[in-house]
Amino acid sequence: MRAFISSVYLFLYAPIALVVLFSFNAGRNASEFTGFSTAWYGKALGNTFLVSALQNSLMIAFTSAALAAVFGTMAALGMERLGTRTRAVFDALFAAAIVVPGVVIGIATLVALVAVFSFVNPALATIWPGDQPPQLGLGYGSIIAAHGLFSMALVTMIVKARIASLGRDIVEASSDLYATPLTTFRLIVLPQILPSILAGFLLAFTFSFDDFIIAFFVAGSKTTLPIYVFASIRRGVTPEINAIATLVLAASLLLILTARLLMREKKSKSGE
Amino acid sequence: MQAAMNTKRNLVTTALVAPAAAWLCIFLVLPFIAMLVFAFGERAPEGGYQAAFTFAQFAKLPTRAAAFWNTLVLAPAGALLCLLVAYPVAYYLAVRANPRYRLILVSLVVVPFWTSLLVRTYAWMYILGSRGIPNLLAMIGIEDVRMLNTPGAVLLGIVYGYLPLMIMPIYVSLEKLDRRLLEASADLGAKPVSTFFGVTLPLSLPGVMTGVALVTILLLGEYLIPQLLGGGKVFFIGNALVDLFLQSRNWPFGSAIAVTLVAVVVVVLMVAMRIAWKVAGTRQVDLV
Repeated sequence: MRAFISSVYLFLYAPIALVVLFSFNAGRNASEFTGFSTAWYGKALGNTFLVSALQNSLMIAFTSAALAAVFGTMAALGMERLGTRTRAVFDALFAAAIVVPGVVIGIATLVALVAVFSFVNPALATIWPGDQPPQLGLGYGSIIAAHGLFSMALVTMIVKARIASLGRDIVEASSDLYATPLTTFRLIVLPQILPSILAGFLLAFTFSFDDFIIAFFVAGSKTTLPIYVFASIRRGVTPEINAIATLVLAASLLLILTARLLMREKKSKSGE
Repeated sequence: MQAAMNTKRNLVTTALVAPAAAWLCIFLVLPFIAMLVFAFGERAPEGGYQAAFTFAQFAKLPTRAAAFWNTLVLAPAGALLCLLVAYPVAYYLAVRANPRYRLILVSLVVVPFWTSLLVRTYAWMYILGSRGIPNLLAMIGIEDVRMLNTPGAVLLGIVYGYLPLMIMPIYVSLEKLDRRLLEASADLGAKPVSTFFGVTLPLSLPGVMTGVALVTILLLGEYLIPQLLGGGKVFFIGNALVDLFLQSRNWPFGSAIAVTLVAVVVVVLMVAMRIAWKVAGTRQVDLV
């Protein structure tokens, strides 16, 4: 049994280790390690297409995760106060946002946005006073909107779980002591749910940062890091991709570890 | 006074849920309605969509039978293979592992799931490609082994990519297992093997069901693994959809396939829930 378990762990980590190892390979050859070098990292970071894809990804992930953190938390707080039936509808829609395959979410968003654009753009052109009316199109906005959808569902689920385990007595005590609802929220509720909000933000950020398929559909002419990596893989394997891949892995790992730490703190506190 | 307070309370509630509700309507409900409308339309001559009301798109579904066939065979097969590897791991983590290291071992299983599937799948292109294992095999005299772009490679990629997602629900249901039941079984003279099949396995079935359903549903829409490891030979519905929307620009037909895919997902979900209810109450799965 031990041997089997060890080989599963080896199976899980060997491919990742290989990519990281070969990102430090001095030679171009992907099959033999010819010496340690960080040259491919320099090359990757000097690649302007790659750097702008990275900037796009960071901006999109940050914006969609921030929107999701704010609106998702608000929804989690608001759903507490809703009737059972309305709440069930919300729960079902949020669940759908997570369970429906990314391919379908990407397609549906693309189809709907293009339908809206074909209606709005001519209308905008007729009422626009100047010569060049703004053209709505696919791009940052559509990726942020589509990523915001599952990110919001994620944040709401995490924050809702935290709210459910929150002590009601302390909230009541606060209002018995004549604190306004806003003061109670700021001093009692917010500090307790903040780690979950942050964890939700980081998970949403990671999901958005790693997402390929949804962005592939709705990005228009914009390029995100996964789209760039996918395109380079199809052009052929080079140590430069290994360097990019290692950077992507390191970034998502860092975010996940932080999110987990935040959620662990939540668990130990609720265990008291 | 009471009525005024209620109105204020309702206003606050509405303000809190309004942005998320708007988001869900505009970017989930509306797109699905649009997709449904497109599925009954026609392809415009220059690509894209043209208004119509026809079932022709659904009638054309058999032309993509290969994609449906691959998906409906390889997704459940991959999920079952995943289960075979995951169960012993989950059992070891929950029952056998030293409690002191348990948390670390569990975390080590989850971490890969949260890192880029694109990068992890790409790693296998490296290993299975001609410079990887086939190259090593050639050194010991086994020539011309092709691994990449085969159904086997896709199955391997599926097991690799989704293993953590299968291990976690099973681990959760095994961890909650009451140890006294195992002791009672042993006290009553059951051999370890019959305790496992009579007590442990049945009680872990909710976790098994959750894992299989979760992985199968996600696999039905998979694109990256068949694309990278199947090399256009072993393609899924997801690959057909990308092809139809981004290459041939046949949006109505693509929408019809997407609608069918969602219907399949819903059916799988309903069957899984029906079975899960029969087996026992499902438990919440904590993936993070």
